Amino acid sequence: MIWLDTLVQGILLGGLYALFAAGLSLVFGIMRLVNLAHGDLIVFAAYLVLMGVTLLGLSPWVAALIAMPAMFALGWLLQAAVLNRVLGKDILPPLLVTFGLSVALQNGLLEAFSADSRRIPVGALEGASLDLGLVTVGVMPLMTFASAIVAIVALNGLFYHTALGRAFRATSDDAVTAGLMGIEPKRVFAVATGIAMVVVTLAALYLGMRANFDPSIGPARLIYAFEAVIIGGLGSLWGTLAGGIIIGVAQAAGAAVNPEWQILAGHIAFLAVMLLKPRGLFPRAVD
Amino acid sequence: MLLETRALTANYGQFGALFGVDITVAAGECLAIIGANGAGKSTLMRSITGVIRNEPGMVLHKGEPIGALPSAEILKRGIAMVPEGRRLFASLSVEENLLIGGQARKASGPWSLEAVYDLFPILRERRKNPGTALSGGQQQMVAIGRALMSNPELLLCDEISLGLAPVVIRDIYAALPKVRQSGAAIVLVEQDIGKALAVADRVYCMMEGRVTLVAKPAEVTREEVHSAYFGVAA
Ligand SMILES: Nc1ncnc2c1ncn2[C@@H]1O[C@H](COP(=O)(O)OP(=O)(O)O)[C@@H](O)[C@H]1O
Ligand SMILES: [Mg+2]
Repeated sequence: MIWLDTLVQGILLGGLYALFAAGLSLVFGIMRLVNLAHGDLIVFAAYLVLMGVTLLGLSPWVAALIAMPAMFALGWLLQAAVLNRVLGKDILPPLLVTFGLSVALQNGLLEAFSADSRRIPVGALEGASLDLGLVTVGVMPLMTFASAIVAIVALNGLFYHTALGRAFRATSDDAVTAGLMGIEPKRVFAVATGIAMVVVTLAALYLGMRANFDPSIGPARLIYAFEAVIIGGLGSLWGTLAGGIIIGVAQAAGAAVNPEWQILAGHIAFLAVMLLKPRGLFPRAVD
Repeated sequence: MLLETRALTANYGQFGALFGVDITVAAGECLAIIGANGAGKSTLMRSITGVIRNEPGMVLHKGEPIGALPSAEILKRGIAMVPEGRRLFASLSVEENLLIGGQARKASGPWSLEAVYDLFPILRERRKNPGTALSGGQQQMVAIGRALMSNPELLLCDEISLGLAPVVIRDIYAALPKVRQSGAAIVLVEQDIGKALAVADRVYCMMEGRVTLVAKPAEVTREEVHSAYFGVAA
């Protein structure tokens, strides 16, 4: 039974990693942009939610709901004012710019909130668990996983069944021809980054409720997100979830053997998948 | 005048591709632009549609300078393009390829998904297929339908017969009269002189980035066309 328990905990942990990664995957799928500040933006959003809770006395859920449009606007601005200028054939400029943004965000957060580690208070939910007979699962991990599913279903619905999603896919295929269809690639990109920041806020909510965070933890979250996206195959959101689950299960299994092996086991699982399937589990047909 | 270019020049870096091109397109007119490979026909289309940006006054739409506008703005003014090589979106189904042509410009007109399917019935059967899974001729039909979906006043077609079998070309050209009936002006870029002269009201011939002949098909001799096309007397 201990193994079943480990498996279930690992899968649920995968939901958290998928949430970290979904925005990254979306943005990469549409504009081939690797945002190195993604983890720091999650931390930034976590502080935003925390402020809503501590300064305004809101519940974390309401605070996140209010932070979402603010983060959408921030993502839109970031793309329109900065990232659109550096997107091009060369992948280096956007990498450098987002790396710079990552450093700037960490320092800004350090100034504003100090290096103390913080947590979004959730009250009774924190330790609550559900007895499912064979295994007992925490309510919080279960909600995280459910939120990841909802986020992916919603993003896929947007991507495959709306005019905006059509514009996303067309722009990703061929931006020049999309322009001939009256689509402005730069506006499409700005909206996409805005949407990614809404998902980032959701990820931040669970990050902040489930563990302590401080201004410096962004890059470590980014690594899990990267690994999930790459395992899944670039641009596939269900693949990203699968990637998150693989890392989560490997970490849970590693931790069950020896607590010190948790992180290492996740990275080894990543490397193993890369050896067997260099393009990830669900690569897209094109590119 | 629906569309006009004035002393239009274009270059790719150091390389000049157009050297002072003047053309006019009247509302409802069917214009052919012929010329050998490399004459600058596609560059002219790209300059009109904002893929290549120019001085504002080099392209006029209903008298307004549009030469510096981005592609998306040009489409919204009612100028739609069937690009060379069709360029369907690989991630989109046939139907989605058509829908995306009409989603940015909400103009009333005869063209809708149903009207395009009536024009090219085979596309109705294939509507769920990926656009790029179709034969070349069917892809060309999608590319034309996609451009029509915005109900344009001017339809630019860059080499719609390129690489297609004669029977397929016939089918595609058979659709053009219906497009004209809807009131749209058409610019047909062609390498096939006979095809162009047969359908156009007026024909421009280009060579090495310049217009070498403007004429009505009925009023021009084969010799004149040949020397404008090849640069030597036939
Ligand atoms: N992207 C490009 N970069 C550099 N030169 C180009 C490019 N596209 C076309 N050219 C050159 O511009 C000239 C005109 O090309 P084009 O407009 O495609 O001619 P056409 O459509 O009449 O065959 C040719 O000499 C061609 O080699
Ligand atoms: Mg050409």
